[in-house]
Amino acid sequence: MKKNSTFWLFFAVLVVAALAAPLAIASTFWIDFLTLTLFLAVLGQGWNILGGYGGQFSFGHAVFFGTGAYLQVILQAKLGFNPWAAIPFAILGGIVIGAFTGFLSFRYGLRGSYFALITLAFAEAFRVLATSADAITDGGQGIYITLNQDPTKALATLQFGAGNGYYYCAVIITVISLLIAFWIENSRFGAQLVAIREDEDAAEAIGVNAFKVKMQAICLSGAITAFGGVFYAQKFLFMDPNIAYGPVKSVEMLVMPIIGGMGTIFGPLVGSFFLHTLGEVSKHAAHELVGDRPGLDLIVYGIALVLILALLPNGLVGLIRRLFRREVSRA
Amino acid sequence: MLEARGITKRFGGLVAVRQADLTANPGEIVALIGPNGAGKTTCFAMLSGFLKPDEGSVHFAGADITGLKPHAICARGMVRTFQIVKPFAHLSVRENIAVGAHARIADRAAALDQAASIAGRVGMSHMLDQQASALTVAGRKRLELARALATEPKLLLLDEVMAGLNASEISGIVEHIKAIRDGGVTIVLIEHVMQAVMSLSDRAYVLNNGAVIATGTPNEIATDPAVIEAYLGHGAAARLATGGVHA
Amino acid sequence: MYDPSIIAASIINGLMTGAIYSLVALGLTLIYGVLHIINFAHGSLLMLCMYGVWFLYAQAGIDPYLALPLVAAGAFCLGYGLQRSVIGKTSHGRDEIILLVTLGVSIIIENIALFAFTANERVVQVPYDIDGIDLGITFLVVPQIAAFVASLAITAALWLFIARTYTGKAIRAVAKERQGARLVGVNVDHIFAVSFGIGTACLGAAACLLAPTFPISPQIGYIFVLIAFTVVVLGGMGSFVGALIGGFIIGVTESLGGLFFGESLGKLGISLIFILILLFRPTGLFGQRM
Repeated sequence: MKKNSTFWLFFAVLVVAALAAPLAIASTFWIDFLTLTLFLAVLGQGWNILGGYGGQFSFGHAVFFGTGAYLQVILQAKLGFNPWAAIPFAILGGIVIGAFTGFLSFRYGLRGSYFALITLAFAEAFRVLATSADAITDGGQGIYITLNQDPTKALATLQFGAGNGYYYCAVIITVISLLIAFWIENSRFGAQLVAIREDEDAAEAIGVNAFKVKMQAICLSGAITAFGGVFYAQKFLFMDPNIAYGPVKSVEMLVMPIIGGMGTIFGPLVGSFFLHTLGEVSKHAAHELVGDRPGLDLIVYGIALVLILALLPNGLVGLIRRLFRREVSRA
Repeated sequence: MLEARGITKRFGGLVAVRQADLTANPGEIVALIGPNGAGKTTCFAMLSGFLKPDEGSVHFAGADITGLKPHAICARGMVRTFQIVKPFAHLSVRENIAVGAHARIADRAAALDQAASIAGRVGMSHMLDQQASALTVAGRKRLELARALATEPKLLLLDEVMAGLNASEISGIVEHIKAIRDGGVTIVLIEHVMQAVMSLSDRAYVLNNGAVIATGTPNEIATDPAVIEAYLGHGAAARLATGGVHA
Repeated sequence: MYDPSIIAASIINGLMTGAIYSLVALGLTLIYGVLHIINFAHGSLLMLCMYGVWFLYAQAGIDPYLALPLVAAGAFCLGYGLQRSVIGKTSHGRDEIILLVTLGVSIIIENIALFAFTANERVVQVPYDIDGIDLGITFLVVPQIAAFVASLAITAALWLFIARTYTGKAIRAVAKERQGARLVGVNVDHIFAVSFGIGTACLGAAACLLAPTFPISPQIGYIFVLIAFTVVVLGGMGSFVGALIGGFIIGVTESLGGLFFGESLGKLGISLIFILILLFRPTGLFGQRM
């Protein structure tokens, strides 16, 4: 299978490059840049599974991110969990929320725009709940994980301070998310999921249990996105209702894979790299002109989103593939 | 093998199908004909689980399947095609057919191999790696058939697989359908191409305004006064009998 | 437990706010009814209009109510241009792409506002904002009354326009059957853009009515987009009457929710109504079909 060997080649190059990067890059700014790029690529991959492969566009994926992140923080801060022990519960939380929202939406046959709207409403409902449930979440002021001051306990507390620990964690979860996407492209589950995206009735007719497959997809998607939330919680040691369930994360998660290429393994990663680079460049350019003002990076995201939708419906990965094929046929 | 008893479907005030009885015996090719809007596709939708009958029941292979979901009915061995074809546009022909093969085969590689062999049976071997969106009308109709076939059905419901094809394409697909029947698959088809109905089917049902108005061999149907009236209008049968030559 | 007069006062206040919600939702439902697209940028367009009102007020000292024709006209042009040059061009005719394009537009508008005006709240202070009439159980201020009356008047005017004029007839024709309308010589692309423009003009008017009572910030669009969608889904996508009644229901729900459950948890009511309606009656109260 030629397609698969291409994947393993790219995958191997990426992993080697990612592991070697800290040796070549001394600047903590750029390591931090890479860390956040990889982290958002993981969230994007979570969205990509449901939206890109399954064609179910969620506008409220923060509901999974926020639940994973909140559980990771609350279990440690309120119940004294070890961070490692909290991870399975955080991921399980993502799955449970996925099953809950998925069951309601898919049972009642919500598709397309209606699905997008209801996911948005779920995220908003959770944001209000998190703000109101003071006893659990400490309300709107947010909740903290106790800072670990002892460097020898970095791995035990999953707190790496200023070192490269977070970067390597981001590499690991990125690798996991890529392998999951690869599995999807080479499994019955993935084939059925894509068939539902293309035409749900036709898929049902030839034996695809659309409800079941969509449920599995939203649970898997919820699990990966919640896993991303765990990483966020450990890196920033803080969570509040607006970061967790606000619209910004939901938007970021869907923009990455759409720019990069929906329903492709590397789409979210490519999209994340592209957008962050663009965001940084424009931020620096603007800094020279007007000083530090928020909003510019997201203006760039928005423009890129509209342009890609208009000009490159298959995203950057689609463009790269097309150029690559042209090169091959010319040679 | 397939038996529908008194199935009825209403859409608001309109009765699309009224008390229809249909049967298909193992190894038969049964045709469902009738003017546009007679309720043929609605019948298929009820048989295959896309619509739940308001009244009546559907029995297949000895079990009551009324109200089962389409995928569950497919798992039991009955599968439909769509009149307006629904290819998975961004997938290749091979990947399209493999989705059908996955109804029985879990392994991806095995399903892709099975897809290639099914494609051979409907004359699509040379198009395996083409995108479905690039196919011609005839190609899409064949793909629709191939995908259904890949689920290894006992009974196929074919909804106008010949509409929009030219004469040579029709005779090609007629041969494929005969071969499929000879492979042991029972077939129920909706068709407007009468030449195909006459040459293919063992029995036919005629639907008009949602009700079955005649049933029998193709030849019996063709001379049935009620059928002629349904197609040509009130009084047409009598005119044909007396002075039909001049018509 | 609660004094009936407090509840009655809360309902009256809810109806006042609800009238503006109706007006905002009217624009959204019109765009949906004619173009069959879910305009995600609706909230951020409202926010932009509110900044327009603030700008006129702060720079030229123009009273928000006097600015209404000006802002509405500007909003019409903005909406017309947006549909003609961006949304219509980039959608490839696919619903989900349109949804994403309008999302992209809303991201751009929102962050331009954040970049240009920062996250600080802006306030439009009218000199008569504490004048009003005492109903005994509650005190209604001029901005509330003006918003209520003007919203109803604009809704009635729009209804007349759609029912009586040639353009209105063309809009209805395109909404029902766009191919047929094209065949009898209606310029469908123009009508699409006009409808989008009118929908945006409703926002311009609503912005003028909201400005004296709502502090303006770049995030305000997000709050209103949820409310507007809830109203539209509740009333039935594409239904005028539905938008009007839905707006009142949501206004009252919000007001009573705040009274009974407190400011923060009271907001849950809107999301819950939204979710329940989508699940159990996606056609809404007055909608035809999905």
